Amino acid sequence: MKRIYISEEYCIGCRLCEIHCLVAHTKSKKILKAFKDEIPKDATAAVLVEEEGHLSFALQCRHCSDAPCIEACMTGAMYRDKKTGAVLHDEDKCVGCWMCIMVCPFGVTAADPATHKITSKCDLCAGQDSPACVANCPNEALVYEDRENES
Amino acid sequence: MAKSKKKTADYVIVGNSVAAIAAVEAIRETDCDGSIIMVTKEGEMIYSRPMISYYLAGKVKLKNMRYREAGFYKQHNIQLLAEKKVVKVEPKKNTVKLGDGSLIGYGRLLITTGGEPVNPPIKGAAVKGVFNFTTLQDAESISRFIKANDVKSAVILGAGLIGLKAAEALLARKIKITIVELADRILATTFDKKASQIIDKALSKQGCRLELSDSIKQVISGKGKVTGVELLSGKKLAAELVVIAIGVRPNIEIVKGSGIKVKRGIVVDNAMQTNISNIYAAGDVAEAAGFFGGRKMVLAIWPDAYRQGRIAGAAMAGVKTRYQGGIVMNSVEIASVPTISVGVTVLDGSEDNVEVLEKSDLKNSIYRKIVLKDDCLEGVILVGKIDRAGIYTGLIKDRVKTTSFKELLLNEDFGIISLPKDYRKHMVSDVPMMM
Amino acid sequence: MALKTYESEFKIVRDDSKCIACQVCVRQCANNAHIYDAEDEKVYADDSKCVNCHRCVSMCPTKALHIEHTPLQFMGTANWTSSAIRNVIKQADTGGVVLTAMGCDKKYPNYWDRILLNASQVTNPSIDPLREPMELKTIIGKKPDKLEFENKGGKVSLKTHLTPQLELSTPIMFSAMSYGSISLNAHKSLARAAFEYGIYWNTGEGGLHKDLKKYKDRTIVQVASGRFGVNSEYLNTSAAVEIKIGQGAKPGIGGHLPGEKVPEEISVTRMIPAGTDALSPAPHHDIYSIEDLKQLVYAIKEATRYTKPVFVKIAAVHNVSSIASGVVRAGADAVVIDGLLGGTGAAPAVMRDNVGIPIELAIAVVDARFRDEGIRNQASIIAAGGFRNSADVIKAIALGADAVYLGTAALVALGCHVCQKCYTGKCNWGIATQDPYLTKRLNPNIGSGRLMNLLRGWSIEIKEMLGGMGINAIESLRGNREHLRGIDLHDKERELLGIKAAGETW
Ligand SMILES: Cc1cc2nc3c(=O)[nH]c(=O)nc-3n(C[C@H](O)[C@H](O)[C@H](O)COP(=O)(O)OP(=O)(O)OC[C@H]3O[C@@H](n4cnc5c(N)ncnc54)[C@H](O)[C@@H]3O)c2cc1C
Ligand code: SF4
Ligand code: SF4
Ligand code: SF4
Repeated sequence: MKRIYISEEYCIGCRLCEIHCLVAHTKSKKILKAFKDEIPKDATAAVLVEEEGHLSFALQCRHCSDAPCIEACMTGAMYRDKKTGAVLHDEDKCVGCWMCIMVCPFGVTAADPATHKITSKCDLCAGQDSPACVANCPNEALVYEDRENES
Repeated sequence: MAKSKKKTADYVIVGNSVAAIAAVEAIRETDCDGSIIMVTKEGEMIYSRPMISYYLAGKVKLKNMRYREAGFYKQHNIQLLAEKKVVKVEPKKNTVKLGDGSLIGYGRLLITTGGEPVNPPIKGAAVKGVFNFTTLQDAESISRFIKANDVKSAVILGAGLIGLKAAEALLARKIKITIVELADRILATTFDKKASQIIDKALSKQGCRLELSDSIKQVISGKGKVTGVELLSGKKLAAELVVIAIGVRPNIEIVKGSGIKVKRGIVVDNAMQTNISNIYAAGDVAEAAGFFGGRKMVLAIWPDAYRQGRIAGAAMAGVKTRYQGGIVMNSVEIASVPTISVGVTVLDGSEDNVEVLEKSDLKNSIYRKIVLKDDCLEGVILVGKIDRAGIYTGLIKDRVKTTSFKELLLNEDFGIISLPKDYRKHMVSDVPMMM
Repeated sequence: MALKTYESEFKIVRDDSKCIACQVCVRQCANNAHIYDAEDEKVYADDSKCVNCHRCVSMCPTKALHIEHTPLQFMGTANWTSSAIRNVIKQADTGGVVLTAMGCDKKYPNYWDRILLNASQVTNPSIDPLREPMELKTIIGKKPDKLEFENKGGKVSLKTHLTPQLELSTPIMFSAMSYGSISLNAHKSLARAAFEYGIYWNTGEGGLHKDLKKYKDRTIVQVASGRFGVNSEYLNTSAAVEIKIGQGAKPGIGGHLPGEKVPEEISVTRMIPAGTDALSPAPHHDIYSIEDLKQLVYAIKEATRYTKPVFVKIAAVHNVSSIASGVVRAGADAVVIDGLLGGTGAAPAVMRDNVGIPIELAIAVVDARFRDEGIRNQASIIAAGGFRNSADVIKAIALGADAVYLGTAALVALGCHVCQKCYTGKCNWGIATQDPYLTKRLNPNIGSGRLMNLLRGWSIEIKEMLGGMGINAIESLRGNREHLRGIDLHDKERELLGIKAAGETW
């Protein structure tokens, strides 16, 4: 499947990926409107930039081929999209048992204290040609490719 | 349809809970045509057992209890026999016998009968208002009882996972609870005393109590209904509701005397196969390898029931995958304090080369503990702040040597970036691997 | 502390109605010109730190930023400009040399802009490069006086022994910029683009990083007065070797890479201890004559077993034609002339802005001198210094150059905004810096692609212009000054350039 690949050697820690991920998940999808009216102040994006000195990289759900979050999720909220293979999260079903937080080896599911549910889990921008974080990364530190079918 | 005619199927699965569902999904990934019969003593609805506490709490509606949609059986081409109890497995004849006497022949059999609550002999317990808490039916009965009797206070016997889940649910219904536990702490298998104390404090803030190192001596009742309990220590507690949750034991009734090897549970290998080659077992009923070696064990937790079910299903359909061994893990939020505990966290002091890292901020109910053996993570307890807990679980599963980054492990912002370069790169740059 | 009596050159203008306080600018500015105040949840600017590199402007996701030259100017006079006054004050403050980077920043005449190209009409038809073959292939190196062939039973073969040459797919190469003055990612970008486009890149005087050895067949390795990273293996990991005598941006002086810019990787590549200053003396201490130069040229030819052409690079100075002639006689296969506008990573402003002559004149006089002396075929002429577009390139070739070297233009393709602060080591575009936080900003995958785009774009334009002139091979334009006309030039300038005035006929 098409996945987001990370090159830590080219991540410049600008966090444009986080900014645009937030915008992509608003209603208007317009950055100014989104930041002025739509995005709550302490909102977290589905992509998280980790930074330490000059090393940085942006991490979002890896959409694991054998996803531990899906097996741990006891509500069925965490599921695999049959068509795209993406690991998606159904907020409606989520009860906030934090089982996915317990097992995700990348630590990319996060609790939203306001709703007591898992918040903003990466949805690969719902199958867009180029997910927002990838499209707005100025340095190709994130690329969206299908590498598994390469020989 | 002649009633006496014996049904047969390529795959027969006893149970329709998570292990069974995972197995079916795995079977259908390779074998679309083989016939499957599923038998369950419960209803046809595929519900999530752990969610009964959210249901009792009133946080989810019945419709959201569904773990899989109603069309699941049809979609996967399964013949379901609901509300039918299997009473006996007969390996020599490759049949299972149902309560109504009918027989089902199988090519391969999977037993996922789960566990049944342990009910110790307690004097006076055979009255209204004393419940177990493992099935949807239990939750519904308790819920009805609370409404009908305007229950204000309850005693829960057992501070294991299920007892705490019951406590969470009852707290949400504004019922004052007392949890009685024989051990000196809650979640005795995965919690230490400090973690237990934090929860104790949070509970008491809500007017609830923990009675540790104690148990129920007798249930006191009036007019056939519970009015209170007397503890071994002599303490008397008033309560209109008692939940007995001291544990579950594997539901192995149906294999007794069949020649299938059992200890505590049904003994299986790393492909979930029993000593009889066409019979498999998975989930809470199975006794399988532990991750850290040692004796096989029964691990009654959801993620492993799923995983074992998948492995069993795949194996029955001819695809070999290997069970890496189970790790105890619990995520419990109680009195608004989230906790996650994974692996070996309680030590008796006899272990060699074990190191314990700890950090706590008791005022804010925050506690972090990490257990290392030969510098590899074996266990972790997180109380209060549980963000990114799975990174630790991953380190345990991947048996990563932490020597070079040990001092970072307790940091609040411990992340993938804290890991050594090679492992980190493998984590973030490769095709995500099987865990 | 004494009062600072000159003000910031630039003003950072933030449109508050657009600023979302995402702090991208804060993270991106290595000069700390943007500061986030967590209490106010606002980003503020410190104009005095701004170097007008536009990194923040480009990165701001809402385009809320704008940089202006500060409207505040000294009273001054036509001659006492603000920058003249500012420099005097700065030097009075510090007692130091005013440092700068990139190429000459004074308004001397630019001859490229005073030379016009020809086109065909009616009598000699123009050529459409999209429909007809058009050759940009360029051969660099010594060409034989005459070619002799052998005919063995109908099989014709070349009898003349050819000395080593380079073959370019277009008459452009990347000029010497050392690892140290620019980042490894910049080197990777240049090397990869040269490799894939079929041209050459030049290591500069800082040695060749081990990761780039795979581009050996498209690499020109440089030997300069500091001899950094030079050994037999280095010389042989190349397509050609260039001896650097001078540099257009700072003729007559050496270089100085301060120790703090010599981290481990650079020290290994330069073969000097980490943290020590890398000093390039003004002269080569073993070259005081053309004869000495000849010794080095032949030492290198020996070391490379006569398999590689040897270039000699000189700055365009007053006697450039005689010097170039001497260089050819010393055995060079190509002479590289770096003009007044040639760039640098660090130079005293006074040198950069006042020493040398324009490359246009230098090409013309050197080409003429070589022809006069009958040695034009013995060496190629490679022109460098300030080429901004394909028209500059084609004019240089018509004046007599064989190929041109791009320095600044290549850096601009990589992201450089010509802020001229290379010497600070804080290049926000990740080019002229060794700070690992900044060098990451240049991704060689992107960089090499952009360089190839530039080469492709210019090559297409060169073909268009050639076609317009009715010429189908760049070879036929070389030194063909009839295709050039001068405008707004004195007679003497035209005489030196060897071109007629606009309006004059053949
Ligand atoms: C209240 C509660 C809370 C829990 N919370 C958590 C939690 O937070 N995290 C966690 O990891 N785990 C939790 N668990 C444990 C988890 O639910 C189990 O590990 C999981 O359900 C095991 O699945 P299983 O498929 O093995 O068996 P079960 O879910 O027990 O299912 C057994 C199946 O077998 C059928 N069956 C049994 N006997 C027969 C028979 N004789 N004939 C026919 N059918 C039969 C039953 O009808 C049922 O369908 C909780 C459990 C409970 C009860
Ligand atoms: S946008 Fe790209 S470079 Fe910037 S932080 Fe995200 S991944 Fe890194
Ligand atoms: S949430 Fe975590 S475990 Fe689940 S698929 Fe994404 S990366 Fe994998
Ligand atoms: S793919 Fe979309 S949802 Fe996922 S992290 Fe990137 S921007 Fe966010």
